[in-house]
Amino acid sequence: MSQSIRWFTFAAPSRFYALTAALNPWLWALAIGLAIAGLSIGFLVAPTDATQGDSYRIIFIHVPAAWMSMFLYVVMAFWAALGLAFNTRLSSMLASAIAPTGALFTFIALWTGSLWGRPTWGTYWVWDARLTSELVLLFLYLGFMALQAAIDEPRRADRAGALLAIVGVVNVPIIYYSVQWWNTLHQGASVSLRSSPKMATLMLTGMLVMVFAFWAYAIAAAMVRVRCIIREREA
Amino acid sequence: MKEFFAMGGYAWYVWGSYGVTFLVLLAEILLLRKRARETKT
Repeated sequence: MSQSIRWFTFAAPSRFYALTAALNPWLWALAIGLAIAGLSIGFLVAPTDATQGDSYRIIFIHVPAAWMSMFLYVVMAFWAALGLAFNTRLSSMLASAIAPTGALFTFIALWTGSLWGRPTWGTYWVWDARLTSELVLLFLYLGFMALQAAIDEPRRADRAGALLAIVGVVNVPIIYYSVQWWNTLHQGASVSLRSSPKMATLMLTGMLVMVFAFWAYAIAAAMVRVRCIIREREA
Repeated sequence: MKEFFAMGGYAWYVWGSYGVTFLVLLAEILLLRKRARETKT
């Protein structure tokens, strides 16, 4: 046994706690550094767009936030499901720790999208497939948090929340493919694995750097929150 | 400099997006710090 990898070493909240304590300052520094780099490229290096003017610069937070909103939901549902299946309490704590940050990025995606929609489509909001399904995602996050907050016993709250999170996963592919399945005002995917990116290299670079900045931020924030949850529950 | 902040006439949309994003992220950080301080004692 001593030679094999101890997969569950960090499944113990106490060890996980120590690991994240050491990692977190680096994650915050990484998030700030990447954000400065990404915004420098986005505002100082990338040129004004020929058709959209400077309004396109919203892309540097809109697209990364929208990606994070969907990605964090899948990660949250994954940990919630693992906690439900294996009764590992740290998994459920991770799911609870991710939810508020996910909701935040969903809000940012909706807010920036609205402010981008006004100059490009002439309206702040329209009930089309992409926008509506993203709004449903925000309600799923809020529903998950409200449900967990309404149940006093933590492990019961974990199980109830997990069911909601798992059922809600169906919404993520609906958001992602909504621009293909339905006629919507929203444009198609800017970046996909099957085709070359439909945007200039500088714009793409700035956007991807911001994606990594949001990644680092989301991990750091979720880690601080999971440490709070560990302290609250295991005290 | 003035030209930069004007964003080619899109100042409200661009800075409205970045301003609110910055504020909500800052709010989350402050709330997390508060919660962390409260749970440590």
